[in-house]
Amino acid sequence: MDSLNLSNPNGLSSPPKAPDQVRLGAGAGFAGDRLDPAIALAEHGRLDFLVFELLGERTVAAAQRREREIADTGFDPTLIDRIVSVAPHCAANGTRIITNGGAANPRAAAEAVAEAVRKLDVDLPVAYVSGDDVLQIVENTDPVTWETGQPASSIDGELISANAYLGSEPIRRALDAGARIVITGRVADPSLYVGAMAHHFDWDLHDADLIGRATVIGHLLECAGQVTGGYFADPVTKPVNGLAELGFPFADVDADAQAVLGKLDGSGGEVSVHTCTEQLLYEVAVPSAYITPDVTADFSHVSFEQVSADRVRVSGGSGAVKPSDLKVTLGYDSGWQGEGQISYTGIRSKERAELAAAIILERLKSLHGFDPNSVFVEYIGMAAAFRGLMKVDTSAEVRLRIVGSANSRRRAAIIGDEVEALYTNGPAGGGGARKSVHSVISVKSCSVDRAIIEDAASVEFVDGCAEI
Amino acid sequence: MTTIDELASVRTGDKGDTLILGVIAHDPAAFERMDRDLSARRVAEHFGLDAQKVTRSDLPLLNSFSFELSGLLGGGVTGSPNLDGHGKTMSYHLLTLDI
Repeated sequence: MDSLNLSNPNGLSSPPKAPDQVRLGAGAGFAGDRLDPAIALAEHGRLDFLVFELLGERTVAAAQRREREIADTGFDPTLIDRIVSVAPHCAANGTRIITNGGAANPRAAAEAVAEAVRKLDVDLPVAYVSGDDVLQIVENTDPVTWETGQPASSIDGELISANAYLGSEPIRRALDAGARIVITGRVADPSLYVGAMAHHFDWDLHDADLIGRATVIGHLLECAGQVTGGYFADPVTKPVNGLAELGFPFADVDADAQAVLGKLDGSGGEVSVHTCTEQLLYEVAVPSAYITPDVTADFSHVSFEQVSADRVRVSGGSGAVKPSDLKVTLGYDSGWQGEGQISYTGIRSKERAELAAAIILERLKSLHGFDPNSVFVEYIGMAAAFRGLMKVDTSAEVRLRIVGSANSRRRAAIIGDEVEALYTNGPAGGGGARKSVHSVISVKSCSVDRAIIEDAASVEFVDGCAEI
Repeated sequence: MTTIDELASVRTGDKGDTLILGVIAHDPAAFERMDRDLSARRVAEHFGLDAQKVTRSDLPLLNSFSFELSGLLGGGVTGSPNLDGHGKTMSYHLLTLDI
């Protein structure tokens, strides 16, 4: 073994892209994603762009609450670690970074990132996109929510956040102005990638077919490992090698938004027509009308071709006009949830767990005054996640899980305390009790006129090093 | 009778309280079989929903279907006390369906 392999034991590598292509890599598919696949891509992927998707619907609302409690903390808590880990490779390889990890405060995130990057002694100008925070607009216009058909103000609980899904345009603008790191709040996931492609090829964002195809590519990449064998593998029907060292995907895209998806040679996982097809359909309710702020994309004529091992060509895809309204996610403070769990194993496990649940429900109602409708019971080990759809008569082990809602942390804690007390007061052989309390944010959606939001969307640089 | 597990793989996604099932047939014959026998109504029954709550979209180029099951997740991940609020495990419920 030569010395080079000591720092790269799996021999990770990637072939160069064609000169008329741009290479985009996925650095994260959600806030809790692994870090090492992004570092591997940054070091060995010959990337032009590395994209970290870090925001769920609830994540942004939770970040808004953090920001309210302590100023300038409302960005993704893993963001700095992620950027610092890849920045030296990105600086050396000419790779630009795009992320929505700015969450509730892209400015604070950008300032913190700029400071961390300065300490690494690399020159990566940081820009941030604001304008997705539309709480003021929603409070003033009180739009109807999709879920209830009633005004946003009529929902129980305090409205704590309203974030519009921005599109690719401000990202493209930031890159055009010379940003090497672009930090946003709420941006539609595929748009993080579309912005990079549009910048590189100087696309017309009104070319709906082109942007529709680019959106297909962004959608395939946005969940990172989900297109390389993650959320796919089944040891019997769909075995995938190397899941412990799963490689994240990259795409080589040409000026017409046709692409070949791949992953690092030597990394784990697989890129196949099958993994790509599964990811294309992920979270896509109507494949002929996948709506983003950029376009109404049509996935129904997309096709895949395996061109070599772990390389899949994506073609087809089209688009129609972009929607006139933007989707806005509303976050409501919905009080507290308390939880307790305890296990019963062996003979009569189910019967003992049911007895335990009956005891807790009775005490929560008569002693503590809980509304029985606010308490929820699951029997883990009895196909609980299928929500009663699969009938199971018995199980060698049943874990009782009881969840209750309350309007204070203190009341919510009663649930777990009562479950824990089953140790000495409940059915025989109860073990492994655990309890927890957490605050609840519930999420609704509404539409807001695109023009109102886009007028307020802005791109700025940390240190004011470029004019936008 | 054949289970969906023998004909296809399934991936689950969610949007609010809607569950989305991507069904990818193993081959064109399996696609044709499901085209005939895996109706929206059949999926609705298996998931305990009224027939009008489920719609099916076909992607013949990819030997695939997308099923949209509205109202299944009871408030969705953000409003549901269920451990698996996303319904991510539910793909394996469809795999047990016999057609």
